[in-house]
Amino acid sequence: MFKKRLIPKLQMKTVQMGGRPRTALVTTRTFSEVFQIGDPVSQAKIYQAQAADELVFLDLDATTEARETLATVVEQAAEEIFMPITVGGGVRSVADFRRLLQSGADKVAVNTWAVETPGFIEAAAGQFGAQCVVLSIDFRREADGVCRVFTHGGRRASQWDVVAWAQRGEVLGAGELLLTSIDRDGTREGLDLALIRQVAGAVGIPVIASGGCGLARHFVEGFLDGRADAIAAGTYFCFKDENPMQTRSRIANAGIPIRLHQ
Amino acid sequence: MIAVIDYGMGNLRSVVNAIEMAGGNPEVVSDPSMLQAAERIVLPGVGAFGDCIANLTRTGFAETLDREVRGKGRPILGICLGMQVMARRGVEFGEHAGLGWFAAEVLRIQPADPALRVPQVGWNDLNVRREHPVLRGLPKGGDVYFVHSFQMCCDDPADILATCDYGGAITAAVAKDNIVATQFHPEKSQDVGLALLANFLRWNP
Repeated sequence: MFKKRLIPKLQMKTVQMGGRPRTALVTTRTFSEVFQIGDPVSQAKIYQAQAADELVFLDLDATTEARETLATVVEQAAEEIFMPITVGGGVRSVADFRRLLQSGADKVAVNTWAVETPGFIEAAAGQFGAQCVVLSIDFRREADGVCRVFTHGGRRASQWDVVAWAQRGEVLGAGELLLTSIDRDGTREGLDLALIRQVAGAVGIPVIASGGCGLARHFVEGFLDGRADAIAAGTYFCFKDENPMQTRSRIANAGIPIRLHQ
Repeated sequence: MIAVIDYGMGNLRSVVNAIEMAGGNPEVVSDPSMLQAAERIVLPGVGAFGDCIANLTRTGFAETLDREVRGKGRPILGICLGMQVMARRGVEFGEHAGLGWFAAEVLRIQPADPALRVPQVGWNDLNVRREHPVLRGLPKGGDVYFVHSFQMCCDDPADILATCDYGGAITAAVAKDNIVATQFHPEKSQDVGLALLANFLRWNP
């Protein structure tokens, strides 16, 4: 049977350590507060041992210099990790895209650049195949209830409504959507189920939901009520009191097909 | 030496890393003449059918592969699009002739269940249809990772080693003589995938 996916999200930021730049694993809350918690490659290996279904690496700095560091982290991870890896953060050209694929990424997440230059989705899908283009959509629910797409790490509002942009992205050739609620990021209050369900019903490509998971129940809701194909979580998986195996059992007990072993 | 064919498409690094992990000695090969020195061949591939076959033809690999694989019986493993191009014909972005090693057509997935999405992206279990050394000893109900919008439809069911259920049976692995190929990605399928690769490295068809 085809399974729903649990995807740990590894967010990274360059920090100064002993006067030298180093890539740290971080979690965030509503895209504003940042908490440094460890090393991304070591954490990725833990997730491999726990049989995560995929991994997402996101570089929060999204600068030209950081992108090279990001490629190095992916190279190191890909040597020992044999599951699909999605990488994103500051991708602004087909060359950036290719560089990350060559480092060992299977898919590349694009956000700001896709909004600024939608033709890029088409170009990347044409060149590398739709399956490796993940359209990452960060959104906020505004006072009038409209879910608006934000770019530049949540700092800049675009003109797009989430559903309209998701549909446009699919037409342009995106292979998957990664939806992240900025308001719920790191809050552990649960996913934005209404929006996820709306997008899942509006497109034919897989939808990865993220932002807000704090309890095993939130994953169950995301699959059953939100109709998500996959759920990504950073904060939830990063803190060791949450055991992914127990979370999987809870999801399976709710009648949702998910991998339990390996 | 295990030749991993580089014809300008896809992430070869994962395939190379996984073959190493499974105990092999991979080498990325972009010159067809190098295949003569290869003990085995791996044909990976992501992207579109037409581009893939055009690149294989342009680089000279299509012709050399035919000689080495069909003529000399060199063992080969095709992965994902590397499996699909072994068919007679593909219909992704127009009709294209494939290598023609399998009497099969590559058609778009049309799941009977409308809730299932295309592409199939994710883990699905293998329903083994026939025993084969490359599938030997794999854990029962082991999941493997798929990413694809097109599927290989074989004229002869005997070519099919395994299927997966995605709103209907979808070809997951095929084999014939010294050729074996998977729609899923062994290099992305954790322990099950590494076990399959180790089997391929030991296989003497």
